Amino acid sequence: MMDAAVFYAFAALAVLSALVVIAQRNPFYSAFALIVTLCSLSVIFALLGSPFIAVLQVIVYAGAIMVLFLFVIMLLNVRREDAGKGGARTMGGIATGLVVLLVLQVGAVLVRLQPGPATGFDASTKKMAQVLFSPQFLYVFEATSILILAALVGAVALAKKEP
Amino acid sequence: MSGPLLEELIIVFLKVALVIGALLGLFALMTWIERRALAFMQFRLGPNRTGPFGILQPIADGIKLFFKEEVMPAAANKWAFLAAPVVAVTTALLAIAVVPYGPPFTAFGRHLQIQIADLEVGLLFIFAVNALGVYGTVLAGWAANNKYALLGGLRSSAQMFSYELALGLSWVGVIMRAGSFRIGDIVETQAGSVLSWNVVVQFPAFLVYFVAATAEVARIPFDLPEGETELVAGFHTEYSSMRFALMQMAEYINMITVSVLATHLFLGGWHSGIPGLPSSGLYGFTWFGLKVGFILFVFIWLRGTLPRFRYDQLMHFGWKVLIPVAAVWTFVAAAVVTLNPR
Amino acid sequence: MENPAFVHHALVLSLVLFALGTLGVFLRRNVITVLMCVELMLNGVNLAFIAFSRAAGTLDGQVLVFFVIVVAAAEAAVGLAIVIALHRHRDTLDIDAFNVMKG
Repeated sequence: MMDAAVFYAFAALAVLSALVVIAQRNPFYSAFALIVTLCSLSVIFALLGSPFIAVLQVIVYAGAIMVLFLFVIMLLNVRREDAGKGGARTMGGIATGLVVLLVLQVGAVLVRLQPGPATGFDASTKKMAQVLFSPQFLYVFEATSILILAALVGAVALAKKEP
Repeated sequence: MSGPLLEELIIVFLKVALVIGALLGLFALMTWIERRALAFMQFRLGPNRTGPFGILQPIADGIKLFFKEEVMPAAANKWAFLAAPVVAVTTALLAIAVVPYGPPFTAFGRHLQIQIADLEVGLLFIFAVNALGVYGTVLAGWAANNKYALLGGLRSSAQMFSYELALGLSWVGVIMRAGSFRIGDIVETQAGSVLSWNVVVQFPAFLVYFVAATAEVARIPFDLPEGETELVAGFHTEYSSMRFALMQMAEYINMITVSVLATHLFLGGWHSGIPGLPSSGLYGFTWFGLKVGFILFVFIWLRGTLPRFRYDQLMHFGWKVLIPVAAVWTFVAAAVVTLNPR
Repeated sequence: MENPAFVHHALVLSLVLFALGTLGVFLRRNVITVLMCVELMLNGVNLAFIAFSRAAGTLDGQVLVFFVIVVAAAEAAVGLAIVIALHRHRDTLDIDAFNVMKG
């Protein structure tokens, strides 16, 4: 009962701050609203029984990726965005978004997820490590480390000033 | 409300009140100790007028800060300016919630420990909250619309998340030895003699942790973000009165948290190192307090002794020296743990 | 742990977040905000994975979320580097200014 109350509270917070992300003109405020969304999602992950992913979300997503976004926003001194010209593009965008929302909600109703096995869902760090380092996912794990290396080199190369 | 639930709630409230009260008191005491100790190291007296030995100085400071005028620059971003101290203090206080402040003891027929939340992923939670702590600095630096503050904020956040990596890596060896993220488990692996403390068994990890922690908390020699002689006051230039006091409080509480963690992770927590001496109950508290006090004193000692790192030296040291050392030590620790399964 | 009753509602929330992200990608004109809306979509997907993993009782969904987070980090880094390079070229961050391949 307590869990459900916390879930609905943080779900509402997540949706509200997502609305701020897409509606706010100043990218700085959008970034902070996104951080709020990420942290509330982290709480929801923990409620769904995944403490490791919850903490990982805060450490990597809210704590590192968003710092990167904020740095770029501050360094490029991004100003408030001007009001859109209105017109066909905005209307088309809103229409597409609403259609997507409708389609997805129909899909959600049709899928009707069951709560899952009654006991024994153990997503602790130890279990996660056992799955991550098992032969099923070990190769993918090592490949992502090379992916990160490639992204690192690529980012430095792209953003470097021409001498 | 049912009986046991009410009891649990009361216990939690008591713990929260106790921990926050003790930490705020310790914060006030630390400001006094720091000024006196620093003064003696610099061959002068420090505050000695307010009360005997200047002991009432923190109270005088508090009264002064409380009554000062709150100034906010006209061109400052109002919400960010107001939010920055809040974020800084909130993340500092969140981290203290998962750390135990003494040994488990039995009282009123219950098994208790002064730890507000005993998480399975305790250390990871602290790491996450540290990662969020960067935002207090970033917000403060940007909100004031002042080039010194912005520069200080950018430098400080870059420093914080650079040394966060080394900090996290230094813990991995300790976690591997204990096989758990729970701080209580890690302390238990250091029971016994001094030779089983992680500071002896994993000395390089302790060195890396201590240096990275000093940089995380932005203490000398890594205090360029608030370089008083270089950047006016760094990222908290435009703050006055209670907001400034809040940011100082956040910094000191971070320092205390880092010292408590050093004690638990490396210095054996509440265990006395000598097999004969008892380590439970009140004795455990004494050992714990002594160790934390020692680490805090080392922080003050460093402040009085070392000059400040230049920014490029700081970044070079963090990325090119500390992280490789931490990574190599992680490898060594992993090899040892694999070869000696418990 | 015993099953929470809100697993289905978590799925609904994830779809709402995904739709909001899509809306943002279409509506916003600032490149960095568009990137942030893409991150919002990725988070919606993560939540869906976690919800399904909870419903099915296996850990595969969570491992996939782990990889999605890692890849999102790499993508954010490269994307922002591209934004910096674009800004250096055209001195604006308006999407409509980048409609020409030349220059």
